[in-house]
Amino acid sequence: MKALNNFFLLLCSHLLLVTSIAFSAELKEPMHPDWSFEGPLGKFDRASLQRGYQVYTEVCSGCHSMNLLSYRNLVEEGGPEFSESQAKVMAAAFEVPGVPNSDGEVEMRPAILSDKFVSPYENEQQGRAANGGAYPPDLSVMVKARHGGADYIYSLLLGYVDAPNDVKLDDGVYYNKYAKGQKIAMPQVLYEDGVEYTDGTIATQEQMSRDVTMFLTWAAEPKLEARKRIGFKVISYLLILSVLLYFTNRQIWKES
Amino acid sequence: MSDNYQPTSAVGRWFNDRLPLLNLIYGHLLPYPTPKNLNYWWTFGGILTFCLLTQIITGLVLAMHYVADADQAFASVEHIMRDVNYGWLLRYIHANGASLFFMAVYIHMARSLFYGSYKEPRELIWIIGVFIFLLMIATAFMGYVLPWGQMSFWGATVITNLFSAIPVVGESVTNWLWGGYAVGSPLLTRFFTLHYLMPFLIFALVILHVWALHVPGNNNPEGINVVQGSQDTVPFHPHYVVKDLFALVVFMIIFAGFVFFVPNILGHSDNYIQANPLQTPEHIVPEWYFLPFYAILRSVPDKLGGVILMVSAIAILAFLPWLDTSKVRSAKYRPLYRQFVWLFFADVILLGYLGAQTADGLYLIIGRIATIYYFVHFIVIMPLLGFIEKTKPLPKSLSEPVLSKEEREMKAGATVSA
Repeated sequence: MKALNNFFLLLCSHLLLVTSIAFSAELKEPMHPDWSFEGPLGKFDRASLQRGYQVYTEVCSGCHSMNLLSYRNLVEEGGPEFSESQAKVMAAAFEVPGVPNSDGEVEMRPAILSDKFVSPYENEQQGRAANGGAYPPDLSVMVKARHGGADYIYSLLLGYVDAPNDVKLDDGVYYNKYAKGQKIAMPQVLYEDGVEYTDGTIATQEQMSRDVTMFLTWAAEPKLEARKRIGFKVISYLLILSVLLYFTNRQIWKES
Repeated sequence: MSDNYQPTSAVGRWFNDRLPLLNLIYGHLLPYPTPKNLNYWWTFGGILTFCLLTQIITGLVLAMHYVADADQAFASVEHIMRDVNYGWLLRYIHANGASLFFMAVYIHMARSLFYGSYKEPRELIWIIGVFIFLLMIATAFMGYVLPWGQMSFWGATVITNLFSAIPVVGESVTNWLWGGYAVGSPLLTRFFTLHYLMPFLIFALVILHVWALHVPGNNNPEGINVVQGSQDTVPFHPHYVVKDLFALVVFMIIFAGFVFFVPNILGHSDNYIQANPLQTPEHIVPEWYFLPFYAILRSVPDKLGGVILMVSAIAILAFLPWLDTSKVRSAKYRPLYRQFVWLFFADVILLGYLGAQTADGLYLIIGRIATIYYFVHFIVIMPLLGFIEKTKPLPKSLSEPVLSKEEREMKAGATVSA
């Protein structure tokens, strides 16, 4: 038995050692701002989502597509909730190929609500060619596709600092303290007053990063508000039911 | 036990005389005599039935909207998440349901190990259970491939490549599985087909599992034989119907917690990146419930050896009723086994942890020790314990251990003085 205990102790101490090694990873812990969508009853900040859409269209969409979103999503409940007329105007700013006309020619027409977000590039090759070989990934589910989610995206957007002297950077590679290995192929894009917010908010780097991250979080999880709202009801219902069942069960076993 | 059941309504009698279906349900669910001392670890059978039905029902609806094609699968899942009414709910229930299904099945198996439920006369129940577990593994693995994210694709690549370890015919078998020379649309389509089929096979095995269970009746925490219908038993309804329901609702609260508040916490973020055959993820890790077996696979430097060991790790479970030589079922009365079974659980959890780490350095060494211990537990410790262990005296009936300690002492005192 003693040997067994010793063996167990040995296992435990090894486990501790292993865990401590695992924590010395190369990824810097991202910043954690307060997000309104966190918590069991979290909601998106409508105004922030609307500003975030502006940052996406004016800055990000130059290189990044959002293939899974349609302009109609901008109107839907739980999102930026633009009015339908606003969204129609926003969609019409883009052009998409129409149906072939009677001569068999395809002409461009303004986008409507049912159209998908227009991509900046025709195909991946064109995207690579325009960006020194690195393809700017689609942003539709980006927040869910990165470890750390919204915190990571937010930190990354604010993580551009001057590289230390001992770090050598190749062409088209930039230094970012939150990127894996502190290197990233995306240059810094958000600068003070990079956009002029239509609602008059001052466009600091933090503000823009926050807004666009909020927007991307919604884009990745458009049903987040409904999910949390329903979840709250479901769990409340189940909790009450479990209490009733607990006492029913006790009563039944008492009688036997 | 149910031959004398007569439905009260005329329609019921008419039906039951022609097909005694009501008889069957009555006999197995209502007065069915069940040991009166089953604890909450015994509620997982009902919970697992709920899990299976939930997966089948949500899966059925998901299949109406999913497209099993390499170019469209990823987008079709996102279409479900965005455009299908409550599609996000169905998918999150289905994805988290798989995890909770495994959580429940591991508890169910651990209970069987602890209380010796696999032993005579319940060997077949256990063996059918091992086959259900095998089918669950296959179903869950194929299901994880369907969203066609990076982990889906590379997980499928790693696992299907294992078949190439088979001597001589390995490569042909792998190409046959793939339906081509690489993982792609043909594999995705057949995985979808099989993923749809297997739950129904599991369902059939579950019926056999319960049927076989109802021949000797439930084991119980004391591990002693119970005479069916004696005062050691209570009718299944309402005693265990309500107790199981209570446990199920508690389980559903945890389930709902995952689905509504942290739906992606058990998944890997890489699976929200569409599959890309040209870009290998940094670490390819399976879902958490496969990690112990993945650790065993990687602890062998040889591919074929790793595959054999991983398959053996599951197959060996089927032989457990004969590897265990002890006559006593419950670990409650087996002072040595009681410690070894906990050590075994710790070993499996350790393997699970190691399965998520990179297979090098210290991890690999510990992984190898843990793998060896996994098999030593079954091949050496289990057979040996039956011979060297001094078990505690068993109670004569369930009524005895149910007494409090004082009552037992009083009773013992009474027998001594008498």
